Amino acid sequence: MTQNGQKNPTKRRDFIRKGLNTIAGLTVTGLSGLLLSKSSSEEMVWQLDPNICIQCEKCAVNCVLPQSSVKCVHSFSMCGYCDLCSGYLQPGARDRDTGAESQLCPSDAITRNFIEIPYFEYTIDKKLCIGCGTCVKGCASFGNGSLYLQNQHDLCLNCNECSIARRCPSQAWRRVPASQPYILRGDESQKFQKG
Amino acid sequence: MTAFLLLCPLLCLSQIQERFPKPDFETDYVRPDLLTMSPRATAWEYIDIFVLAAALFLATYFAYKLRSRRHIFILMVFSLAYFGFFRKGCVCSIGAIQNVSLALSNPEYAIPISVIVFFILPLIVALFYGRTFCAAVCPLGAIQDAVVLKPVKVHGGLENLLGLLPYIYLGLAVLFAVTGTGFLICQYDPFIGFFRFGADFNMVIFGMSILVLGTVVARPYCRFLCPYGVLLNWMSRLSKRHVRITPDECNNCRLCEESCPFGSINKPDGAAPPANREADIRRLALVLVLLPVLVFGCGWAGSRLNIPLSRQHATVSLAEEILLENSGRRTEMTDETQAFRASGQPTEELFAEAAAVRQQFKRGGWILGGFIGLVICLKFIGLFSRRRQLEYDVDKGTCLSCGRCFSYCPYEQVRLGLLSPDEADKLGTKEKKIKQFRA
Repeated sequence: MTQNGQKNPTKRRDFIRKGLNTIAGLTVTGLSGLLLSKSSSEEMVWQLDPNICIQCEKCAVNCVLPQSSVKCVHSFSMCGYCDLCSGYLQPGARDRDTGAESQLCPSDAITRNFIEIPYFEYTIDKKLCIGCGTCVKGCASFGNGSLYLQNQHDLCLNCNECSIARRCPSQAWRRVPASQPYILRGDESQKFQKG
Repeated sequence: MTAFLLLCPLLCLSQIQERFPKPDFETDYVRPDLLTMSPRATAWEYIDIFVLAAALFLATYFAYKLRSRRHIFILMVFSLAYFGFFRKGCVCSIGAIQNVSLALSNPEYAIPISVIVFFILPLIVALFYGRTFCAAVCPLGAIQDAVVLKPVKVHGGLENLLGLLPYIYLGLAVLFAVTGTGFLICQYDPFIGFFRFGADFNMVIFGMSILVLGTVVARPYCRFLCPYGVLLNWMSRLSKRHVRITPDECNNCRLCEESCPFGSINKPDGAAPPANREADIRRLALVLVLLPVLVFGCGWAGSRLNIPLSRQHATVSLAEEILLENSGRRTEMTDETQAFRASGQPTEELFAEAAAVRQQFKRGGWILGGFIGLVICLKFIGLFSRRRQLEYDVDKGTCLSCGRCFSYCPYEQVRLGLLSPDEADKLGTKEKKIKQFRA
């Protein structure tokens, strides 16, 4: 082949090209085999670890969505149902009412409902929540920490690289398997744990 | 306020603390459940893989067998709608380079199968039929292809110079992904903002300017930035089969000469005698001698860049900030340093981690620089070792198989039944050219 090729440059080129084609094909196949050995059939999704989160408010503004996919969630199993909720009221608020002047939440996403003396239930309206974490900070400082931020997967676009994770100052974000997409607290913390 | 700030780190440590006991309700109040929405069904992953495979098959069929620009265009619009606007541009083959690099370097990262398929499949197709992925499947290509209005030619020298950018971009993206710094390609994706109807202001401006530039310089991102294009280019050069301008035999009628907006048509050098062949050989020898020097020099320059490059890594930038604060040169704490101090991790550990990352960048810089040096040399070798071109043909590396040139060929018109073979033959200058060449 080579001898023949020397005389005919087109044939020689063809031979080289075919050889390189085979080599490239083998490389690509080998690479895909190697990758498959490191793969998981499961999709990975982004989630923030509430135990590392420092409530810097960056989740609210760094999402690619117009309104962040990060929302506050409330583990009722951990909540003290306090009358004086530090996640709901501003520090030093005089009245424990629903008036905006005493509320911590900038978007009025938390509602306070009377259950029985002296307990109040706090619920988050996810449509209104902007994921700033102001209430989370309040609850973490003086409450039980039942309020915390979680990435909501019904909203999240699951970008290849999460633009919030990129700017997270405490490195609280990581990829988690899609079967265990939340990192929860309280009684719910077992909800997505396998085994 | 200051007291609160000082307390903050301590409080952060004790976030979950049962300060208030769980209430025992006397009424029949039942605690509501915590509602958590599950991610999109895994089925979508397989639908994406299926659509990708189908689109690649159709693109290849339209370009190679059907030779129909109109079909390619329709498929391209579909891909733009599906992969771009419907699937919001994620995950794409270009970005998959980074996942692949990360998976190969970081054993903890499990790469999803869909990402592997998005990375591998277009390469395999390119190995058999050329870059049909670029023609009609890639949403980033499609959005640019749709705005090509009045393409001008980018002149040789400038084109060669700009053609180096994708290699640098590819090298940097792989380096950043391998070191765990971030996904550069995703961060600077110019069109993701369009697909999602909203992005960072700077990125919108960047995307807009690429589209505006794209009206006169066809597909600027694909040609002068796209890192995946580099890999496709390599595969396509070696491809078993590839689209050709003419379905028959070229008669050198020159009608297709200006038809390619991407400058991917090789013109025949025809009668021009190989006058400066000896000069070319001398230059070639010089490049071959300089090759190790250039590769080594660029590698050295790359390794020198480790300090500014590694600063993009979160650990390194945090370590630098902590160092600044500890030395008293900065009094105000940032969110990052506050979080670090609250975590209780020893500073020495952080500094050791940062030093390790910087070392990685140093080593990676050598490879990156050497790679770019090699690419520069190969470009020169390609320039000086011209092979004889007898007819008009596509440049297999850069041809995107878009099919624009097909209809310019008279034999294509014959194939479509719009022209008689005799008429087509008459347009040709082949006989003349070959005679001149042989003389």
